[in-house]
Amino acid sequence: MLDDKDRIFTNLYGHQSAGIEAAMKRGDWDGTKELIEKGKDWIINEMKESGLRGRGGAGFPTGLKWSFMPKESDGRPSYLVVNADEGEPGTCKDRDLMRHDPHKLIEGCLIAGFAMNAVAAYIYIRGEFYREAEALERAIEEAYDKGFLGENACGTGYKYDVYVHRGAGAYICGEETALIESLEGKKGQPRLKPPFPANVGVWGCPTTVNNVESIAVAPTILRRGAAWFSGLGRPNNTGTKVFCISGHVNNPCNVEEEMGIPLKELIEKHAGGVRGGWDNLLAVIPGGSSVPVLPKDICDDVLMDFDSLRDVQSGLGTAAVIVMDKSTDIVKAIARLSEFYKHESCGQCTPCREGTGWMWRVMERLVTGEADKSEIDMLLEVTKQVEGHTICALGDAAAWPIQGLMRHFRGEVEARIDAYHTKAAE
Amino acid sequence: MTETAAFTWTAESEAAAQKHIAKYPEGRQQSAVMPLLDLAQRQNGGHLTIEIMEFIADYLDMAPIKVQEVATFYTMYNHKPVGKHHVQVCGTTPCWLRGSDEIITACKKKLGVGMGETTADGQFTLSEVECAGACVNAPVVAINDDYYEDLNAESITQILDDLASGKDVKPGPQIDRQTSAPAGEVTTLKEFVAEGEGA
Repeated sequence: MLDDKDRIFTNLYGHQSAGIEAAMKRGDWDGTKELIEKGKDWIINEMKESGLRGRGGAGFPTGLKWSFMPKESDGRPSYLVVNADEGEPGTCKDRDLMRHDPHKLIEGCLIAGFAMNAVAAYIYIRGEFYREAEALERAIEEAYDKGFLGENACGTGYKYDVYVHRGAGAYICGEETALIESLEGKKGQPRLKPPFPANVGVWGCPTTVNNVESIAVAPTILRRGAAWFSGLGRPNNTGTKVFCISGHVNNPCNVEEEMGIPLKELIEKHAGGVRGGWDNLLAVIPGGSSVPVLPKDICDDVLMDFDSLRDVQSGLGTAAVIVMDKSTDIVKAIARLSEFYKHESCGQCTPCREGTGWMWRVMERLVTGEADKSEIDMLLEVTKQVEGHTICALGDAAAWPIQGLMRHFRGEVEARIDAYHTKAAE
Repeated sequence: MTETAAFTWTAESEAAAQKHIAKYPEGRQQSAVMPLLDLAQRQNGGHLTIEIMEFIADYLDMAPIKVQEVATFYTMYNHKPVGKHHVQVCGTTPCWLRGSDEIITACKKKLGVGMGETTADGQFTLSEVECAGACVNAPVVAINDDYYEDLNAESITQILDDLASGKDVKPGPQIDRQTSAPAGEVTTLKEFVAEGEGA
């Protein structure tokens, strides 16, 4: 188990004040000026060396992403945009980071922004997180008052601003180009890439979009060194991660742990175990609603990191662990996710707009069993027609939970159809 | 032009609107459309009208249709009146696993309305929302700007009762628990808890 001394988010639960004085006692804003004076190349290199992979779901190396930003301005300003549109079902970690440890994020905004030559950061927070946006605004004001942000940020001579932009209810805005559209005051519909945001992002300017956690861990990584961070976890899956454990566990919770922790250990040590004991486990969605579900036998020994979960045809995603015990109607659990994606499809691409509704309607029939077994393959075929045929990954995200269900629980779906027809014949 | 439908900022809203616009680069005032729609909706008691959208279009120098596109794309903009308390029950899988069906039933029973409906006295509107993003505190209900967490039928009924009678209600977990920490003894950060002074 990770030692407390290696935890980054020491106020994860808000036992202490989120204010700047308490944050500074916990180590935030310590030597920020010196870190910045080491220069852009040093910062980006340390981030690369740390092995940090983006914490928003895709796991793209953070340092590498920063390095894509133009070194010299062609006259256009550059921007850092922080994705705080946390909405992947199962995921609620950024909420804690923003309401309880906001100064880690704000200090990270300055350092990351400096490294990529940005003039400002915009933190795009989901509209429902009203209190969390207030907490951020308070913390930003404190940072300005201390001279950590503004004309001469931390006394470095670098001018830097941080702003909060509230969303208004749309899961799709967690997709980086939809988020950029939304920040420009438009419907949140994803853009085609290329051009990538590092070339043409918000207001036509070079932009990097990073998850809250990716930015918030940066100051601690730089202070403690890339070697410290990369010494935690496993190769290519380094560092610590905030996990969200929800569903059928005795004590649902968020917890910061080492990457690569066994799923079973994570659940038993921190969440009080599966309701009714480990043997009462049916399945786990290990990384937020978009990643395929895993049955118990895989959960028994799988490790919680990007590569281990990819190897079992699922994913770490946002590290949101949704636990389902044997009382769960697994077909209905997945059908409810299909309803979610149908609701959240932005409507731009036909395969997703039509496909999400189609998949959900078939899933609802499979819940009752009022279907023909041939529809299972037809449904899988539709998921393949949606997957990879849309501008953004929402189509894939809607397809994968169904594919995971059929991979591991097809027998259950078929049994339900049999039961329905047997009953109907009586 | 009907005079009754006209909308304009209060002095306070106007100041807030200008503060929002100032966040964005010169000439990019369209970026402020979302915060301004939210501001106007709050000023108008919880919903938007065509007149408000036209007012904001004019205020930000946007085509009215562009404002309407935004206002109808995002779920938090209401296009018909909502009650003083907008009760938004999360029904997505993590909340469903922990009993959101029971919460929905309790709300319907207590308020005597169906999903999307408002009570006759205009006090409560009941809605189902997609993932509220507080899954380790499921089941969750958002009422206006606050989250009520770790609910059951009894606690949500009590909250609705208290709101109806004008009493103060405490947002956050409705069981003995610190925010998203595991109930009972924490498994990590014990030292930090010991020296804690509370958020």
